[in-house]
Amino acid sequence: MTAAATPIEQPVRKQSRLRRMRGGVGLHVVVIGLIIIWAIPTFGLLVNSFRPAADANSTGWWVGLFPPYHFTFENYAHVLGQSNIATNFMNSLIISIPATVIPIFVAAFAAYAFSWMEFPGRNILFVVVVGLLVVPLQATLIPILKLFATWGIAGTFLAVWLAHTGYGLPFAIYLLRNFMGSLPKEVFESAAIDGASPVTSFFRLAIPMSVPAIAALAIFQFLFVWNDLLVALIYMSAVNPDNLPLTVSIAGLVTSTGGGSEFLGAAAFLSMLLPLAVFFALQRYFVRGIVGGSVKG
Amino acid sequence: MRSTYRFLAPLMVLGLLLAACTAATPGASTADGSQEPGASQGEEDLTGAEVTVIGTWTDAEQESFLAMVAPWEEQTGATVKYQGTRSINDILAAGIPTGVLPDLAGLPGPGQMAEYVAAGALKPLDDVLDIETYVEETSPGLVALGQVDGVTYGTFIKSAVKGLIWYNPTLHDYAGSEPATWDDLIAEGEANQGDAEGLWCLGIESGDASGWPATDWIEEILLHQAGPDVYNQWWAGEVAWTDPAIQTAFETFMNDVVANTYGGGTTAVATKFDLAGDPLFASPPGCALFHQASFITGLGAFVGKTAGTDYNAFPFPAFNDEFATAVEGAGDLFGMFHDTPAAKSLMRYLVTADAQDIWVARGGALSANKNATSYPDDISTLMGGMITGAEQFVFDASDQMPTAMGAAFLSHLVSLTAGSETVEEALAELQTVADDAYSE
Amino acid sequence: MDERVITAIIAVVGVPAVLVAYIWGTEQALRVVPEKMKPRIRPWLWMLPALAFLGLFLLYPMIGTIIASFQNTLGTVWVGLENYEWFLGSNDALSALKNNVLWLIFLTLFTVGFGLLIAVFVDRVRYESVAKSLIFLPLAISMVAAGVIWLYMYQYKPPGAVQTGTLNAAIGVFGLGPIPWLQVEDFSVNTFMLIIVMTWMWTGFGMVIISAALKGINPELLEAARVDGANEWQVFKGIIFPLLVPTLVVVGTTMVITALKAFDIVFTMTSGNLNTDVIANLMYKEMFRVGEFGRASAIAVVLLVAIVPIMFFNIGRFRAQEAVR
Repeated sequence: MTAAATPIEQPVRKQSRLRRMRGGVGLHVVVIGLIIIWAIPTFGLLVNSFRPAADANSTGWWVGLFPPYHFTFENYAHVLGQSNIATNFMNSLIISIPATVIPIFVAAFAAYAFSWMEFPGRNILFVVVVGLLVVPLQATLIPILKLFATWGIAGTFLAVWLAHTGYGLPFAIYLLRNFMGSLPKEVFESAAIDGASPVTSFFRLAIPMSVPAIAALAIFQFLFVWNDLLVALIYMSAVNPDNLPLTVSIAGLVTSTGGGSEFLGAAAFLSMLLPLAVFFALQRYFVRGIVGGSVKG
Repeated sequence: MRSTYRFLAPLMVLGLLLAACTAATPGASTADGSQEPGASQGEEDLTGAEVTVIGTWTDAEQESFLAMVAPWEEQTGATVKYQGTRSINDILAAGIPTGVLPDLAGLPGPGQMAEYVAAGALKPLDDVLDIETYVEETSPGLVALGQVDGVTYGTFIKSAVKGLIWYNPTLHDYAGSEPATWDDLIAEGEANQGDAEGLWCLGIESGDASGWPATDWIEEILLHQAGPDVYNQWWAGEVAWTDPAIQTAFETFMNDVVANTYGGGTTAVATKFDLAGDPLFASPPGCALFHQASFITGLGAFVGKTAGTDYNAFPFPAFNDEFATAVEGAGDLFGMFHDTPAAKSLMRYLVTADAQDIWVARGGALSANKNATSYPDDISTLMGGMITGAEQFVFDASDQMPTAMGAAFLSHLVSLTAGSETVEEALAELQTVADDAYSE
Repeated sequence: MDERVITAIIAVVGVPAVLVAYIWGTEQALRVVPEKMKPRIRPWLWMLPALAFLGLFLLYPMIGTIIASFQNTLGTVWVGLENYEWFLGSNDALSALKNNVLWLIFLTLFTVGFGLLIAVFVDRVRYESVAKSLIFLPLAISMVAAGVIWLYMYQYKPPGAVQTGTLNAAIGVFGLGPIPWLQVEDFSVNTFMLIIVMTWMWTGFGMVIISAALKGINPELLEAARVDGANEWQVFKGIIFPLLVPTLVVVGTTMVITALKAFDIVFTMTSGNLNTDVIANLMYKEMFRVGEFGRASAIAVVLLVAIVPIMFFNIGRFRAQEAVR
């Protein structure tokens, strides 16, 4: 039975999927219910971001959905009218992209070594690496800033790239090692028998098969860096405020006396657009079959 | 095989996109030598020099500050690189031990200023400013607050008066017959409360600084009940929290204010401070009176309303005639970390009446300088006069306490207002914190 | 073109190129090494860049922190265990620790549970990508915005007034409330409200990783079981779940650590007032507000010690994984 199913895998899968869907009214109820629960808070903010502050403060967001309508673009206009918003948006890109790409490469090398190379103390070292996840960011700021000052790179993009790479590595290595470690042994063994060097195996086998994990990692690392405020402020603001990212502009919408919080909704949606675009762009790498069914069952 | 690396493509594309964007964004680079030589008319020529400044002012306040420094930039040819952020505490906390500091910066408060001086980070201003003119023009209370052991390290760019009681004149107009004493205030307030549900409006939610509007209340009550001397000894740790004077102030707050608050203490804790006064203008009104500093006119439902007709204010009344003229203020201290010629020149400029008048005229700021009086409306003029003319002037106590003490003060006021603690419990806990905080 | 952009492009293209060249170069360099020595040296060369970054940016500050935890505020006097004694003797710290236990248990449970549930369910519907995007959305929101969003959810107005908060308006329909969600200390309701915010944000994280692993399962395996007459629950229990366990451990471990480090949401929403404090917030306050570096460092060390058992669990699991692959 099983053998017969394999050559016509596609039709069978489609058929069984359809069968499951027909029976699954309950499934749709649960999925749609969860989506609604998850979306309501954000939707509320979205509605309020188009309402005047006085309305948003005095009535619930759902009131805005019924006539008379008082929608306005004022909040968005105010956010986009911030004096250095364009520069800060650019800075966010300049900070986030290298700070996403560099740790992925560094982590992939290390994860490969942890997964497929034997050496004494491997597990202990790995646990120390993952254990570094718990180091609170705040505890590193002062010693690292001291180092940057000594090297003369405080206030530069380089400093922030390096720092984000360091901060992102424990999770990156953990995730990639877990994924690479679950790849089937035979693939690597037969490649080694065919004379492939570890470098070849890494680039030709390990990386292509780890694409879903790398895509997930790219999304998370990009998000964390994109939404970071503290690291950029501490390492850059005193020396070179011209390099600060978008999050600083957004935080600046709320003034020292507490006004302006009505603009945060509009700002949140504007700043979310790019990470969401990255998520959409990378989502197709989560599709089944990219690993070619190579993950051992 | 190449196709498997396509997952990096979106990021690469973004990279290129970013390159394209910038090509189309002119003026992102810093100002170069485009200053005309003839433009520098002042005594100093600092063309090309840069001064890095960090302050808490963002948005409209940032624009006012930049407007304030614009004439200086024009005169000297130097540039101000300003960054506004409310995280100034964190930046300076990391900057002091590492030496990575801006040239000039807003300082969180007199307490921190003294710590920065002790750490050797702040530069003295006595030789930088024209100190005689500065002392003569500036409110003496504020001059003293910028000093450590008689040496000036900080100046006030702008200030605010606390202790104003706001009301809606369409409900009852107190103008001309402002309550003179606390008892009058409570009696008249209750008599004229009308439909309002509570006598007071109170909102103390403020994110990580929640509780400060309640600490302001305690401070005002204490200042007017026990006077400036007790007040100053209290924040300095010389009067215990369990002292009867402190306890009376706490109890006055709980019995006369929280117990008479719109929606009770629960609502006060849940309400953002900037929207706390909104029920004054609701119909029917939620409350008749609202205590807040001068900057409230830029927040919540006050925005767009006219001073004098839609809302008005009177100063905090006396409990005790002796202390009737005492005023509590707050302000944005400013100090210098690097004594470059440009930084010194900017510092010298910022304290002048001409400079301070620019922000004063734009609204939202009171000046410590007696000669900066271009206030846009009557209420601002009144409040500006309160600062420069106060006989007994004190500064926000929670800002002057050791940081651990100030934080505990805020936190216990939240618990107290929420009703999860009694006054005795709160004061006993606060004294425990004090035993630790003042010992260092 | 702006020089910042040129630097960025060099970094994006150049740094990976240098890293790839480095790995390729190590293999060339290893040629001079006797065959027997290669496997002993090679892993270290592969890990060198990562270890350099980790050593510099995390290990070095952490060692400094451990040292500082035995010193006074100024780092001038050794004080032994004084900072740790303060931690154990402080009511605030113990209450924060108790809250962190709640965070650890429930945030992990909720994010892994919902993440798994959603990943498995959306795998079976045609609108999978829309569904996943909506669940993922909160993670793309900055902490400040999340605070604003949930302020609108939890907002409280006095009874009788118009409720503007979503939750209070919703329960008001049934004649209940209003409830000041972030003030109810009984049964740690307010802490749970904060945990819900983090669950809302981080479920997308669990879902994405679990979903990626789910896509890696060979479909033939599932079809074979179905053809053999297994129902969907049996397929899940017998095949999918066991294959996902390693991934669930990764997500679970990451969430345990996230729960221990929970800070931003507490900081922005309650500032730790009314018994909602957590140790990371306490550490931040001691370090950046109070300037008590010794105490702050002791708190960081407590965090580090707290994860040791979880790390040992991970070692055991990796050994098991290697035994069967």
